[in-house]
Amino acid sequence: MKLTFVDGLIIGLYLLVVIAIGVALRRRTKTSEDFFLSGRSIPAWVAGLAFMSANLGAQEVIGMAASGAKYGLATSHFYWVGAVPAMLFLGLFMMPLYYGSRARSVPEYLKLRFDEKTRVLNAATFAFMTIISSGISMYAMGLLLNTLLGWQFDLSIWLWAGIVLVYIFMGGLTSGIYNEVLQFFLIVFGFAPVVILGLVDIGGWSGLMANLAEISHQRGFATDALTTLWRHTGNAADNPLGVGWFSIAMGLGFVLSFGYWCTDFLLIQRAMAAHSLRAARQAPLIASIPKLLFPILVILPGMIAIGLTHRAGGITFPLKPDGALNYDLAMPLMLARYLPTGLLGLGITALMASFMSGMAGNVTAFNTVWTYDLYQAHIRPDATDKHLLHIGRLATIVGVLLSIGAAYLAARFNNIMDLLQLVFAFVNAPLFATFLLGMFWKRTTGHGAFVGLLSGTIGAALHHGLTISQHAVPGVKGGWLMVTYVYPSEMAQAFWTAIVAWTVCFVVTAAVSLATAPRPAQELRGLVYSLTERERESSTRWYSNPALLAPLVLAVVIGLNILFW
Amino acid sequence: MGLDLRFPIGVLFSALALVLIVYGLISDPAIYARSLGINVNLSWGCVLLVFGLAMLWASRRRPKN
Repeated sequence: MKLTFVDGLIIGLYLLVVIAIGVALRRRTKTSEDFFLSGRSIPAWVAGLAFMSANLGAQEVIGMAASGAKYGLATSHFYWVGAVPAMLFLGLFMMPLYYGSRARSVPEYLKLRFDEKTRVLNAATFAFMTIISSGISMYAMGLLLNTLLGWQFDLSIWLWAGIVLVYIFMGGLTSGIYNEVLQFFLIVFGFAPVVILGLVDIGGWSGLMANLAEISHQRGFATDALTTLWRHTGNAADNPLGVGWFSIAMGLGFVLSFGYWCTDFLLIQRAMAAHSLRAARQAPLIASIPKLLFPILVILPGMIAIGLTHRAGGITFPLKPDGALNYDLAMPLMLARYLPTGLLGLGITALMASFMSGMAGNVTAFNTVWTYDLYQAHIRPDATDKHLLHIGRLATIVGVLLSIGAAYLAARFNNIMDLLQLVFAFVNAPLFATFLLGMFWKRTTGHGAFVGLLSGTIGAALHHGLTISQHAVPGVKGGWLMVTYVYPSEMAQAFWTAIVAWTVCFVVTAAVSLATAPRPAQELRGLVYSLTERERESSTRWYSNPALLAPLVLAVVIGLNILFW
Repeated sequence: MGLDLRFPIGVLFSALALVLIVYGLISDPAIYARSLGINVNLSWGCVLLVFGLAMLWASRRRPKN
């Protein structure tokens, strides 16, 4: 693929606007709250779109198309069982506590609700995870630009990291959020033509089904296994995911997705930046609407790409060193196939924007947690606000440098999605049990939360160490203690690791809480759902009322699951 | 933060649209073989222009709140 002057011009225009936004915001960023929480002034639609696109980094755009090619329509489980219900729950029940408690971060909420040790545990693991994710995002970008355009790996990593550093350094979270919204529209307008042309080319939905039926049959599955969601999940071995319905619903739908969408500060930070409680509750609900539709833009191209491998003059996937198809190239192959010079520049810009904001999202979350939850809480409790702002900017530089280190580390693992799932499972899966108990059961204590979290993470690690998936070698893929059980797929193993972590955390937290002294109810006002005043739904327009919007989105998502059953 | 995001979005997408439209008008039709013979630069450029101008128009109206 070769970029011409016009493509370069398009990329250049985008970068110019990004830097200009940073410069314009620099003068408005005066306090630490401006830098870390956008001065709590963001309108609901901006917070909502940023909430959604903060997750649209490398793992989403490249990984989802790759999974679409590998697993077919079932990849939509990540959206229609996973993300959307969790986002609705967050907006309806959890945002009032996050936003209403005036906590400045998720770890700080844990400090208010529980105690210091729970906060530190969460802050430290979270900070670590953001750096890893950011590194993976960068690595994927460096690799892709190298494969696609022949750009040198080191050069693109340092260059793009430099641009992210500049705009976050200047405008903080607001820069990040604004860029995420830009990226959202770039992805929509950059990928939509690929999907439209691809669908026309392959003969519409029915043409795609026919092509995928043959591929599905060749792989030894039922002919509709790549184009349905639930029909073949009765037995894990019958569907391309290699996962049964229970682990999809429990592992992915409940534990992993709620753990991620409802507790990950990277996302919650976007909603916390909203200008009012109402707007903060709307943000995840607004985000859930494009989320419903995004499989069309990110999963469908992968399905079309694999469908086209079957046709003379179609697409040929390059092979990985181990002989497997390199699914990660699904999206780039589609861009290269259908977009002429001009629109190609737009498609590449959309990819770059998503890589950069994947990195930027992690960096903004990292600098906030570092500054508020580790630095201010433990190193300099008496720091002035000006000093904190300074530390935040410094942490931005350090965060970017650490991410670059992580990118080189990530170069040693090749499946982005699986590694991320593994990290989620150990750290995030038990977390949702802690929040669920903490927010909705006033009896939960700090000791319970802390011991529960630790046990959950250990439980996850033990489960991972004792089981393995088919054809995997003991080590990073599991079974590093000994192999007691073999799962049909890595994904099934990851989902079960999450289920184990969540269950252990839930049980241990509840048990230890009952054995330790509870906090008086008046201290928990605003932190526990039953002790918090409800917002009056005196509203206005139906679509800005969370209690009406959420059931509507839920009905649509259930409808989609039935439609593609 | 006082900076209406609709404005930079509008500027960016209008500018991108103009680049695509101009290029669509002057480019060699042969490059559209891959896009199934459709001059997608021109047609998609028009879509972007509508979006960009709509954003600019929205940011020029009295801002909400």
